[in-house]
Amino acid sequence: MTDHAITDRAITNRAMTDRTALPAAAAGNARPAKARAPARKAARRQARTAYALLAPALLLMAGLLILPLAAIFALALTDYQLGAQAIAFIGIDNFKALAVDPVFWQALGNTLLYAAMVVPGSIGLGLVAALLIESGTSLRSFYRAALFLPVMATLIAMAIVWEFMLHPTFGLVNAMLGVFGIAPHNWLLDKATALPVLAVIGIWQQFGFAMVLFLAGLVSIPRQLYEAAALDGVPGGWERFRLITWPLLGPVSLFILVISATRAFQVFDVVYALTKGGPSKSTEVMLYSIYTEGFEFFRTGYASALTIVFIVLILAVTLIKKTVLEKRVHYA
Amino acid sequence: MSRSIALRRRALLGSALRHVALLLIAAFALLPFVWMVVTSLKPPGEILSSVITWWPKRFYAVENYTAALSTAPLARYLLNGVIVTAAIFFLQVLIALPAAYALAKLRFKGREAVFTLVFFCILIPYHALAVPLFVMFHYMGILNSYAALILPFTISVFGIFLMRQFFMTVPDDLVDAARMDGISEFGIVWRVMLPTAIPAVTALGIFSVVAHWNDYFWPLIALVDDAYFTPSLGVVAFRNQEAGSNYGPLMAAATLIVLPLITAFLLAQRRFIEGITLSGMK
Repeated sequence: MTDHAITDRAITNRAMTDRTALPAAAAGNARPAKARAPARKAARRQARTAYALLAPALLLMAGLLILPLAAIFALALTDYQLGAQAIAFIGIDNFKALAVDPVFWQALGNTLLYAAMVVPGSIGLGLVAALLIESGTSLRSFYRAALFLPVMATLIAMAIVWEFMLHPTFGLVNAMLGVFGIAPHNWLLDKATALPVLAVIGIWQQFGFAMVLFLAGLVSIPRQLYEAAALDGVPGGWERFRLITWPLLGPVSLFILVISATRAFQVFDVVYALTKGGPSKSTEVMLYSIYTEGFEFFRTGYASALTIVFIVLILAVTLIKKTVLEKRVHYA
Repeated sequence: MSRSIALRRRALLGSALRHVALLLIAAFALLPFVWMVVTSLKPPGEILSSVITWWPKRFYAVENYTAALSTAPLARYLLNGVIVTAAIFFLQVLIALPAAYALAKLRFKGREAVFTLVFFCILIPYHALAVPLFVMFHYMGILNSYAALILPFTISVFGIFLMRQFFMTVPDDLVDAARMDGISEFGIVWRVMLPTAIPAVTALGIFSVVAHWNDYFWPLIALVDDAYFTPSLGVVAFRNQEAGSNYGPLMAAATLIVLPLITAFLLAQRRFIEGITLSGMK
């Protein structure tokens, strides 16, 4: 019986050293010298398998991500135009040109302004919706589904619906505002209203995303905390939200803030479909500038310089998340 | 006694207020969808009226939807959308899963380095690569083709990351047992790991399909020929053709393009929300 068990284990051991490298490295020292050679061989075999399994992914990463990224930085230092025969190194001339280009500053400003409207708007509305949904039990999944619908609907198609709703003469928006005595307005052709209207569409599209993340965050707050707070005399409502819910939503909120900002910086579809950056550049945004420079005028070098600014903008937000997350938020 | 009645009344009032507020927010979220569908059912006369009507007096759905499908090759665009999103997801899984398995379960020199590289690549915003990819595809001569639409997304670094995290939770015993049964490492990826990872793969699939069905930026850059148009390009082309006057068919076209994902979403809400919020992890 015991003999049997021992032989069984010996066989298993041999099989392990043959087929896996994991125990080989871990138990290498304890093993007699003879066993090490096959173990090392198995480890080599496993490494070879790993490289083979990784090869397609690494190849595509190199060709489709790393190389193009490097190319942007290289192209930004040239005067390259797609189709042109000559290409010259011009140092940071593209960036100098950017610095004095009013359209660039307009695009950067509009992008930030758009984000400054959409981020608080969608986070605020998403939080209110999540709190309202959590505060009761009836119709939860209906509300959640309804509010999430804009997040996943094809934005460009819905942008065209919005355009129709905003039509100055027979659009739904003007008709509904008319009920309240507000005069019809050509929202997308007015310099003062075009960007705010696009921001409303942005909020409409994004707030459901913030809502589901807040819902997830709310669910993870332990019930006992509220009970304990009630015993300590914290009333319901605002005090409870201020003292417990909001601080505990800290990590989630920061997370949502970063995602919302990143998405807002990437606004393109609605601009392309509804305003083309107009009227008089009032809705010109970063991605739209990159698109027109790179793919309409084929000024590749200049578009690359713009792209680098765009990358910096996005990475800055991501890095803020990283540093703040590591420093501050350790509740959940 | 009277206190409990007062309390109950307060609870009832609170619940009513909750529904009023949520219905208002829901109205804001759903208004464009409702208006799109209602308009797609109306004859031109009712659409171009300044009086709001929430239901067509004369039902014009057949005419609008036939016009939508016959004016532009809308069916073709929808088919293109299916081909492109399916191919992208299939290739993403085919390439990401073996890589994720190697990173999670195999020991080799440079594993940390590769993982760091994956992490770094996740940070690259996808719009940022459009310029160099366009130049590259131009010289490869593959612009304006299915390949141009599919190739940039075959590598999903986020997918590798996600699947690697999932594979880390699969017990090593399962892998060892498979090895002892004589299954090759390649076989383990597909016959052992994939079946355990179905929930994660589903989430990744929803995330991927929604993102690429809805994508407008890259197809707009990569295509000129409407033979390869995806639904998102199709609906804009349709609007431009109709010069914005024929709203019934246009709204019908928009409905047809939005419909597949929304139907799928309503059928599997939880999975969809899970899949789409994945993008937040980036």
